[in-house]
Amino acid sequence: MTDLSETLPASAASARPSEAPARPAWRPSTGLLCALPMLLLLGLGFLAPLLIVAVYSFMPRGTFSLTSAPTFENYVDIVAQNFHISFLWSIWLALLTTVILMAVCWPLAVSIKKLSPSRALLLTVLIVAPLFVAENIRLQGWSLFLDRAGLLDGGLKATVGLSTGSLTANVPVVVFGMVYIYLPFMLFPMMLGLANVPPAALEAAQDLGASRWQQFRDIELPLAAPGLVIGALLVFVISLGAFSESKFLGKGVIVTVSEDIESAFTFGQNWPRGSALSVLVIVLAGAAAFFGLRRLDLDSMLGRK
Amino acid sequence: MERRSLADRLRSAWLWIVVVVLYLPLVAVGLASLSESRFFLFPIRKYSLKWYEESFASLQIRDALWTSVALAAVVGVIATVLAVFGALAYARHDWTGKGWYQQIVLAPIFFPQSVLGLALQLWFNTLGLDMTWHASVFAHLVWIAPIVTMVVAIQAYGYDASVEEAARDLGATRWMVFKDVTFPLLWPGVFSGLLFAVLLSWGNFPLSYFTSGADVTVPEWLYGKMIGGYTPMVPALGFLSVVAGGLVLAVGLAIQARLSRQP
Repeated sequence: MTDLSETLPASAASARPSEAPARPAWRPSTGLLCALPMLLLLGLGFLAPLLIVAVYSFMPRGTFSLTSAPTFENYVDIVAQNFHISFLWSIWLALLTTVILMAVCWPLAVSIKKLSPSRALLLTVLIVAPLFVAENIRLQGWSLFLDRAGLLDGGLKATVGLSTGSLTANVPVVVFGMVYIYLPFMLFPMMLGLANVPPAALEAAQDLGASRWQQFRDIELPLAAPGLVIGALLVFVISLGAFSESKFLGKGVIVTVSEDIESAFTFGQNWPRGSALSVLVIVLAGAAAFFGLRRLDLDSMLGRK
Repeated sequence: MERRSLADRLRSAWLWIVVVVLYLPLVAVGLASLSESRFFLFPIRKYSLKWYEESFASLQIRDALWTSVALAAVVGVIATVLAVFGALAYARHDWTGKGWYQQIVLAPIFFPQSVLGLALQLWFNTLGLDMTWHASVFAHLVWIAPIVTMVVAIQAYGYDASVEEAARDLGATRWMVFKDVTFPLLWPGVFSGLLFAVLLSWGNFPLSYFTSGADVTVPEWLYGKMIGGYTPMVPALGFLSVVAGGLVLAVGLAIQARLSRQP
């Protein structure tokens, strides 16, 4: 990342002529030309929709157009009608999921790093593959596994005569479902981060008498930190929008903010309220991603040589 | 030394436990699809393929399969084309504004998909667009093209850019450099990107759900049935969808392995 690009907005920066005299004159424009289709897609498909949501959130309750005078009533309603409870649930679940996944994935990343390249590839494929299965199918699978007379309960009853009853419809199973679904999003950035730890540094520390804990705290953790930050942010932000887990495993014990947003747009027929709730999620997700990613050097993370 | 090897053994045991757990629900879906009874009870009393027969006979399911296949194919191709150029801008070229561009490309990945789906629905509505699976193509692209860009960018970071300069010095035009030098060097990454795009689109639920209007994809059909009441066609179609995705992945990886073995 250049200094210049940090201080100029994209449009202004791209309008600047090249300032590297040693380079052929066409090179900077090639970069911009290549970026254009993507910038167009994201302008029309990401920034514009988010702006529309923001504008709708200031429209009076229950309107379906953008022509009324702006009002704050939807934001007042969120607190007055207790919609902030689902928002807080979502934040809490996302935080829990993030912290649990850090603990679950660290030993996985460490042991994958020690495998031979072909085995590491096999494991990577095994862990990526479930991502390509719709999450509602996988959650239905857990439901079939954990329900009364499901695989676990029925299996135990038939073999040792024990019964677990139904293990669904509670908060811990919702967290479990989220940890399950979002695991690869923590693991892969963590593996990228750990790849920055040279084995020689660990050996040197060990030779100098550092304990396993000291090696972890003073070498592995700081060097792998960018990957950890990316993984944690990714999981936190994506899981803020989770709703299948609470629906299919929680069976409605809690309502997440996405579910409230969805019902405001469908049964509730109140687009402005759904928009106001969405704005809260967007602001939180955006702030987390912006402050987290700003500190990272993406070029070196992805392996610029 | 003793303690370390114990830690290593514990860690690799944990690794295999996690991998098994990742696949447990798919096993449950597979078993449930083979049970003859209307409601799933384990152990299964009678195995049968009748729910598969019913699924294949259902016109709704056939439509859903076609919609999903068409969506994944179109999204795969467009996302990959966008991503090749997107990745060159991301990794290969130095240009002013690149730092901003790199963060903008990441933004849709670092974003809750359900909220993105709803925002797109609102936006299409405001524009007065008809929502069919064509709208879902666009919605999928917003999320998938950036991911494929990252996949291709990793490849773009890895190759030696001086060969491009050599080609230019020898008088190649910009297009010739791209066609004969850059693209062949990027190709393994491009192919993984295509595979990612097709499979991510195939398995996506939230973006399709909010933007496809009356058209129904496989994950949407399953969702509808899971909300409306369980039928064993849910695990049957779910398992078919898993197998189809697995086959595409296996064939793709085989091709990929052959690609990377070539010099």
